[in-house]
Amino acid sequence: MKKWIRGDSAAAWLFLVPSGAGFALFYLIPFVRAVFDSFTDGTADSHFAGLANYRGLLASESFRKAASNTFYFSAVSVPLILALSLVLAMLLNKNLYVRSWLRTAYVLPLVVPVASIVLIWQILFDWNGSVNAWLSGFGYERVDWMETDAARVVVLVVYLWKNIGYNVILLLAGLQQIPKEYYETAQIEGAGRFRQFRSITMVYLTSAMFFVVIMSILNSFKVFRETYLIAGDYPHDSIYMLQHYMNNMFASLDIQKLTAAAALMAGSILLIVTGLFTLERRYRRFME
Amino acid sequence: MPAAKGVKKIALTVAAAAIAVLFLFPVGITFTNSLMTGQEISIDYGPIGQMNEEAARRAASFSNLKLVPDQVTLEQYGKVLAGSPKYLMMFWNSVFMVVPIVAGQTFVAELAAYAFSKLRFHGRDRLFLVYVLTMLMPFQVTLVPNYLMADELGLLNRAGAMIWPGIFAPFGVFMLRQFMLDIPYAYIEAAKMDGAGHVHIFGKIIIPMIKPALAALVVLLFVDYWNMVEQPLVFLDDPFKQPLSVYLSSINGDTGIAFAASMLYMTPMVLLFLYAESYFVQGIQLSGIKG
Repeated sequence: MKKWIRGDSAAAWLFLVPSGAGFALFYLIPFVRAVFDSFTDGTADSHFAGLANYRGLLASESFRKAASNTFYFSAVSVPLILALSLVLAMLLNKNLYVRSWLRTAYVLPLVVPVASIVLIWQILFDWNGSVNAWLSGFGYERVDWMETDAARVVVLVVYLWKNIGYNVILLLAGLQQIPKEYYETAQIEGAGRFRQFRSITMVYLTSAMFFVVIMSILNSFKVFRETYLIAGDYPHDSIYMLQHYMNNMFASLDIQKLTAAAALMAGSILLIVTGLFTLERRYRRFME
Repeated sequence: MPAAKGVKKIALTVAAAAIAVLFLFPVGITFTNSLMTGQEISIDYGPIGQMNEEAARRAASFSNLKLVPDQVTLEQYGKVLAGSPKYLMMFWNSVFMVVPIVAGQTFVAELAAYAFSKLRFHGRDRLFLVYVLTMLMPFQVTLVPNYLMADELGLLNRAGAMIWPGIFAPFGVFMLRQFMLDIPYAYIEAAKMDGAGHVHIFGKIIIPMIKPALAALVVLLFVDYWNMVEQPLVFLDDPFKQPLSVYLSSINGDTGIAFAASMLYMTPMVLLFLYAESYFVQGIQLSGIKG
């Protein structure tokens, strides 16, 4: 008993209490309730409905559309932003003029308010917007950006523009922690550039990468805010996301479908995060 | 070959600067256009938003993106600040929501992050996984239960409906834990040998070492909550209680006012960011994390 008190666990719980209590009240309990609701039929005395809500959900075409759009958007945008931010971070890690100014410029989009992005977005991608003006200036047909599949590209551009800088800062900090001697030794031993990249850069960047991947997934969901403000409740099919679907279910008070969709989304995120988490732990052990 | 090296340095700088221009472009446009006269704005951006009218489709008129105003004026700023008392009121609404969230979450998160990174207890990794999982959940996922919870706690239509969940949001815990993991365990072992307790270790060793991360967290939280839109729309009925972000998103039609309001809106964030960035860099150099 004495050992237990003097050990870490008692201290740990004390440090955890403020966060844990609030977290449970505002996140955990609401979430458990949402999952519970997804198995009931939504009448006043809420009967257990089994998987009926889930069956209805999967039969709904707009849900399937929203789920696959959300999945594809993350599946494309996250690897793309990782690759681009790594390239930029390695560029900034080189000897450049005005390096700190450049770094500031890359991160600045992060602090630009959503509403002004929406404003610029309209000016650029409206049917009568500037991008179409430039296109027709070069003799091309103008594109109905927000009403065709091109909308996907526009959303992707906004996501990349807004979030790359943040990733670059994190990766740059990681790169600067790798001692230069490692590369010099590798060079003497005849390792090529690619080999150095794979065996030194990537290995020592693992912990920064884990963070960047999680943040990129999180931010890929957050781009919804911009999409919502520009295109409203029912945007073009190609950018109709799960959040649109859930918002609309909330508006039409279809709480059963909303909570079932939420539970499914949570399940998918759980799978992805567990995978990443396991990978990270394995790497940490490997590094120690 | 110093000459060749110099050429390479210039070439790389030019490439990096070209990308930087692309990133700065929207901010630059917002700034210069906020200084235009209302008349110039309506001539330039009049054709926008006529998407669905067949006539406008056929018409060859385009909006005219201009970087340099014909005439520099503060007319739009005057309209925002003097024309509508709403702006200032909502500015304060934003401040009174965001400051408690940022201060509260930073404090709560540093404690929890210490437990998650430097203390051993049963179920630690599983509990942390729950935090990360919750952090990744879009707002819509827990919309209904959050609404019910706010109702039961009497928070509906009050700033508290945003502030309390904000303070306990898991993001800060996640971020600070990642930084604390990189602090070698040896520091803590050594302090324990000298008889230091956890409160001492936390306050005297860990916190000073993660100052750069704390600066970064403060900026990120500030940006995120300064921009919140979904929560106030759901939790606040009263339009006079809304934060600036909601007001700004509702300016439709008057593009000139929107430019000026955007500039005023992002100024606190940009200033905080520039201030914290220098602190951030300094912090990394001082703390010797650089290696």
